[in-house]
Amino acid sequence: MSELEPVAPAHPVMPPWEYAPAPESRDIVRLQDRYGLFIGGEFVEPKSGRWFATIDPSNETVLAEVAEAGEEDVDVAVTAARSAYVTAWRDLPGSERAKYLYRIARALQERAREFAVLESMNGGKPIKESRDVDLPLAAAHFFYYAGWADKLEYAFPAMTPTPLGVAGQVIPWNFPLLMAAWKLAPALAAGNTAVLKPAETTPLTALLLGEVVQQAELPPGVVNILTGAGATGASLVEHPDVDKVAFTGSTEVGKQIRRAVAGTNKHLTLELGGKAANIVFEDAPIDQAVEGVVNGIFFNQGHVCCAGSRLLVQEPVFEELLEKLKVRLGTLRVGDPLDKNTDVGAINSRAQLHKIGELVASGVEEGAVMYQPPCDLPERGFWFAPTLFTGVSQSHRIAREEIFGPVLSILTFRTPEEAVEKANNTPYGLSAGVWTEKGSRILWMAERMRAGVVWANTFNRFDPSSPFGGYKESGFGREGGRHGLEPYVRLEPVS
Amino acid sequence: MSSLAPLSPVITSSEASKMLTRTPAVDAVGLEERAASLATRSIKRDAKLWALDLVIRCTDLTTLEGSDTVGKIVAMCSKAVRPDPLDPAVPPVAAVCIYPWLVPTAVTHLAGSTVRVASVAGGFPAGLGPIDVRLQEIRDVVAMGADEVDIVLNRSLFLGGRYQQAFEELAAAREAAGAASLKVILETGELGSYDRVRQASVLAMASGADFIKTSTGKIGVSATLPTALCMFEAARDFHRDTGRAVGIKVAGGVRKAKDAIRYLVVLHETLGPAWLTPDRFRIGASSVLNDVLMQIAKERTGRYQGPDYFTID
Repeated sequence: MSELEPVAPAHPVMPPWEYAPAPESRDIVRLQDRYGLFIGGEFVEPKSGRWFATIDPSNETVLAEVAEAGEEDVDVAVTAARSAYVTAWRDLPGSERAKYLYRIARALQERAREFAVLESMNGGKPIKESRDVDLPLAAAHFFYYAGWADKLEYAFPAMTPTPLGVAGQVIPWNFPLLMAAWKLAPALAAGNTAVLKPAETTPLTALLLGEVVQQAELPPGVVNILTGAGATGASLVEHPDVDKVAFTGSTEVGKQIRRAVAGTNKHLTLELGGKAANIVFEDAPIDQAVEGVVNGIFFNQGHVCCAGSRLLVQEPVFEELLEKLKVRLGTLRVGDPLDKNTDVGAINSRAQLHKIGELVASGVEEGAVMYQPPCDLPERGFWFAPTLFTGVSQSHRIAREEIFGPVLSILTFRTPEEAVEKANNTPYGLSAGVWTEKGSRILWMAERMRAGVVWANTFNRFDPSSPFGGYKESGFGREGGRHGLEPYVRLEPVS
Repeated sequence: MSSLAPLSPVITSSEASKMLTRTPAVDAVGLEERAASLATRSIKRDAKLWALDLVIRCTDLTTLEGSDTVGKIVAMCSKAVRPDPLDPAVPPVAAVCIYPWLVPTAVTHLAGSTVRVASVAGGFPAGLGPIDVRLQEIRDVVAMGADEVDIVLNRSLFLGGRYQQAFEELAAAREAAGAASLKVILETGELGSYDRVRQASVLAMASGADFIKTSTGKIGVSATLPTALCMFEAARDFHRDTGRAVGIKVAGGVRKAKDAIRYLVVLHETLGPAWLTPDRFRIGASSVLNDVLMQIAKERTGRYQGPDYFTID
C-alpha cells in the first residue's frame, strides 16, 4: 500500500448508520495460566491440590486455572489473618490503616482500565459499566472508608468501637471487584483482618486485587483471598476462628449460612436477593422513567440484587409507557462485552442462563405475554435477549421469584395504596423506585415501602456514603456509609 | 425538501394551550444522565466517516454579525458549496444562515447549487419589535429568495404565561413565511428548565414550525446535549400524536466534529434513522466545518493535517 492511499473509503454510502465495532483492547490484561491462593501476602499453591478453570462467558474460552481452596487452605488463611490481626493491624493507629486503604484506592484508579477489561472478560458485563460504574465505585469505597479509619470514635458518639477480629467474607459474581471493595474497605478501616472468598465464576479481579494489596504493602495476612466454590465458602463460614461473617448472594445460601453460624458467637450480616418494585405514577417524567426502568432491569444483564424487576405502572400511563419501553428495548445493543457501545453483555454462566430460561418459560406457561425486541445473539457464550412480560399477576412465579436476569414483569395499579400493597407483597425488601413529580407522594411512599433503599426518580444509584441493605428475606445489616462500619466493630459505652 | 412543504397549523391556539398543560414533566437528573451516557458512544472508522459526511450535509453555515459584508458572504457561499476544494467527494452544506440584508448576495452566489439560503427574521434575536414589522420582515426575506426563515419564539410572552398569544404570533409567522421552511428558535438558555424547553417545543411544533431550534447564539448558553435530547423527545411524541415530523436544529457551541457526532448519536437513538437527514436535522455552526474536514482527512489518510490546509472563509 502506498503511503497516500486512503485507509478507508471516502464517504461510504451506508443507508442505516451501523456503529463500527469499538472493542476495548484486551492487551492491557496479562493473564497467568494459573492463579494460586492469596494467603499471608503471597500467592501459594493450594494444599487441596485442586484447580478449576475460569472462563469468559461471552465465548466460553478458558481464561485461566484457579486454585480451589480446601478445608486445610481455609485454616491456613484464617490463621494468617488472625496472626496479622494480633501482630500488625489491630493496634495500628487508624491514621496508619487509612494510608494503606488510600494506597489501594489510588492503585485501583491507576489500574482502572486493566481491572475493567478483566472484569468484563471474566464476568460478561459491558465494558462501559465496568469502566464507568464498577471501577470508580470500588475505588470510591476504599477512599470513603479510608477517611473513617482514624475517626471511628466520631462515627459512634459516646461509644468506644473496637474491631471484631477476623472477618470471613463471601461475595457474589455480579459485581466481583465492587463487592470485594464493599466488604474489605469497612472491615479493614475498623481494624479487622479478612479472608475473602470471591464467587466461583468470577475470581480473576479479586486475585488482581491481591496484587494491589501486595503493591500497597499491606502487612501480610491482613487480606487473604481464597478462590473456590460453595464448599470453600462453607468451610470459611464454619471456621471456628472467624469472628464475623459477611455474605452477599442468594437468599437460599444466606439461610444456610445463618443456620451454620447459629449457636456460635460469630457476628453476621447478609445481603441477599430482591424483587424490587419500580413504581411509575401517571405524573412521572415519562421519558426519564423509561430510562430508569431500563437501567433498573437491564443494567448488568439484570444480575443485580436490587434490580427493578417488577414494574408497577399506574393504569392511565400503562399503554404509553409500554410502547415507549418496547421502542427503547429495540435500541439496546446486546453483544460483545468488550465493545464500548455494548449496553447488555453476556449472562454470567450456563447455570444462570438455564435458571433464567426456566423462569421465563414458566411465565409463558402461566399465561403472561412475552415481548423481546428483534436482536441477534452471538452463537457462542451465554446470552439472553432483553425481555418484557405484560399481563403479569402477583401470583405468577415471574412476579415472585428473583430471576436475576434481563427480564421485566409489568403490573398495573390504580391508587398509591394499591402500589404500596403490591410493592410490599414479596418476601424480599431490598430496594424500590418511585417515579412521580409530586414531592409529597415520594415521601408518603418512602415511609411505607418495606425496602432498604427507595430511589426517587432514579434507580440503581450507588454511593459509598449511602447505606445499602435489606428488609425481610433480603437480609440484614447495612453496607456503605457510617452504618457500614457498625457490623465490623464491637461497641461499648465510654466509661 | 418536498417533505417540508409548509403546513398551516391544524391546532387552534386554545388547543395548543391545553396541549402545553399535558406536556410531560422532564426530570433534569435523568435527562442529563441519559445524554451523558449516549455521549460515551464510540464512533469509529466507517461509522465515523458516515457521520462526518452527514454532519456536513446537515450544517447551516452561519454568520450573524453586524460586521458581515458582501465580501464575507460571497466567501462563505463558496465554502458552503465546496467545503474542501481538494476533495470533490465532500458534499455541500445544507444552507447558509445570514441576516436579511445579505440575502440577495447569497441568493446570487448560490444559484445553481443545492445550498439553501436561510435568513433570520422576525426581529432576531429578541423578537420584541412590533408584530407587523416582524411579520413584514419574514415576508421580505422570502420575497428576496430565502428558502428558510429562522425566527425567535417571543420569550416575553412565553415566560409570562401568555401561551395563546405566543402561539398566535408563531402561527402568523408560519403563514407569513409562505412556501419557505420556518425554524423557530426557542432560545433554550433563557427558559430556565427542561420542563419549559419541552413546553416551548410543543408550542412551536403545534403552531406549524417545520423546525424547532435551540438558540440564537447571541447569549451565553447555547445548544447542549441534554437540551437537544429534551427537544428530540418532544418531537418524538409530537410525531406519535399528530403524525407530523418536525425537524430540530442545534445552534451555537458546536465547535468540534466530536460534539456534532454526539448530537447525531442522541438523535439516532431517540428519533431513529428517519431523522438522520438534512430535512429533519440541522447544525447551525461556523467553525465546526473545518474540524470535520480535518477529521475526514485523518480517517482517510491516517494522519492529521495542519489547520492551514483547510480554508478559512
